[in-house]
Amino acid sequence: MWAITWLTLRVSATGTLLSLLLGVPLGTFLGLSSFPGRRLALSLVNVGMGLPPVVAGLWVSLFLWRSGPLGRLELMYTPAAMAIAQAVIAAPIVTGLCAAAVQAVNPRLRLQILSLGASPTQMLWLLLREARLGLLAAVMAGFGAAVSEVGASMMVGGNVLGQTRVLTTATLMEVSRGHFDVAIALSVILMALAFGITAALTAVQQRGERRGPA
Amino acid sequence: MDCRAVMRLATASTGRGSRGSLAAAFLAVAALTALTWGGVSCSPAPRQGPGGEERPNRAVILATTTSVHDSGLLDVLIPQFERASGYRVKTIAVGTGQALALAARGEVDAVLVHAPAAEEAAVAAGIVVDRRPVMHNDFVIVGPPSDPAGIRGLKSAPEALARVFAARGRGARFVSRGDDSGTHQKERELWALAGLGGDPPSPGSAAPGADEGAGSASWYQETGQGMGQTLIISWEKQAYTLADRATYLTLKPRLDLGVMVEGDPRLANPYHIMRVNPVRFDRVNAAGSRALVEWLTSAPAQEAIGRFGLEQHGQPLFEPEEGAEGP
Repeated sequence: MWAITWLTLRVSATGTLLSLLLGVPLGTFLGLSSFPGRRLALSLVNVGMGLPPVVAGLWVSLFLWRSGPLGRLELMYTPAAMAIAQAVIAAPIVTGLCAAAVQAVNPRLRLQILSLGASPTQMLWLLLREARLGLLAAVMAGFGAAVSEVGASMMVGGNVLGQTRVLTTATLMEVSRGHFDVAIALSVILMALAFGITAALTAVQQRGERRGPA
Repeated sequence: MDCRAVMRLATASTGRGSRGSLAAAFLAVAALTALTWGGVSCSPAPRQGPGGEERPNRAVILATTTSVHDSGLLDVLIPQFERASGYRVKTIAVGTGQALALAARGEVDAVLVHAPAAEEAAVAAGIVVDRRPVMHNDFVIVGPPSDPAGIRGLKSAPEALARVFAARGRGARFVSRGDDSGTHQKERELWALAGLGGDPPSPGSAAPGADEGAGSASWYQETGQGMGQTLIISWEKQAYTLADRATYLTLKPRLDLGVMVEGDPRLANPYHIMRVNPVRFDRVNAAGSRALVEWLTSAPAQEAIGRFGLEQHGQPLFEPEEGAEGP
């Protein structure tokens, strides 16, 4: 059970990190820029926030299967495949919330920062700092989506004991085996894990808030 | 990754508030990721790396049925095979239909399933080779203790189904897997034998004394799920269902469903293992799947199958195949 919890943490942390690497730059760009088709792009991202995990699972499967374009990598039924699927699920959420957070920053602040002679990099950094509450919410939502997901994990992971069995897929399996007590225990561990991670991130978020803008 | 590097990352993420909480959170996630993946030097027990990295002994992917998986048999057998052979096995639990469909795409290396007709078709199509019997048990028709269709103790499975159909207006219901699994294929075969026209018959078909009673439309329900889930749903709905004996015995302590019909020769349930044809699919792990087939039909594995479930249920869940050692 310890191994399953550890693997859950490993897969979901990786999935979240991947989704952050993808979602934060993209969300910032969508939040700050203006170009034709931006609204369409934002709409697509917002639709993606509700992307059903089984759909993500099916499409990742199609790519990772031996007969698929990435079949040569033999990633199917590995933790890496699960992290990819979870990243696909979490990335739109991170992107959408990130864009909203950056957009919520008072636009006049941008002009002010620029007029004070900041370089574009400095301005970006200051803006992101200003939007950090929303950005951290995006991190938490992304992790929450990744760790709670079961459909895609089952499809691309296969629920292999000791390799790709995570808390959600193990819970599902124990129910179908009639081991309701084990399933309940697993679900409690899963919720404790999600609570622990989220509480830690919330602590970071709120600590920054008390300190006030630097 | 070096443990200390991870710790530095983690410290950097939490120690300096002045660097901004955003960077802190990002570093925290990064550190967590690094820690969990590179955990070899930090975690208490050394663990194997992520799957699929051992080139010479690639993992063997075995697609099998939910009835085998939910019984827990493979949790006993597979570790023994892994110790004996050095191969790692990835067991994917799906219905027989899906297992053979995955085989037809070359996605898996071996299949352990229970639908003789579909298996023979796959052999004939050149998708799988080397089909061998591994074990067998039997199907049972289970139902609620109240037995609204009065089928308890019948010797003929098709007749029992016909009676369930006839009693559909009197509270008799049937829950089907509905997932093209081996059990579902067997169920359809039995409905066809029941001679009511169709598998299953539609409520309006010409059954003796058939009348469209209220509520009879939902007498037949498909779950689309595995055997364990389907048994749980049957119990909740107090319905009849067809189950393999292994899964039924595994779930019996939790469910108030009794065996209604057993012993009909048409309820036999043989399991065969077969290798996905390596000539046809060049990415198949041919050596690994051969080793798995050889081992599952070997004496030690057959003995383990015969012992499985004896302690817990008082009877073995699967009967090993006689003379399985010779081809």
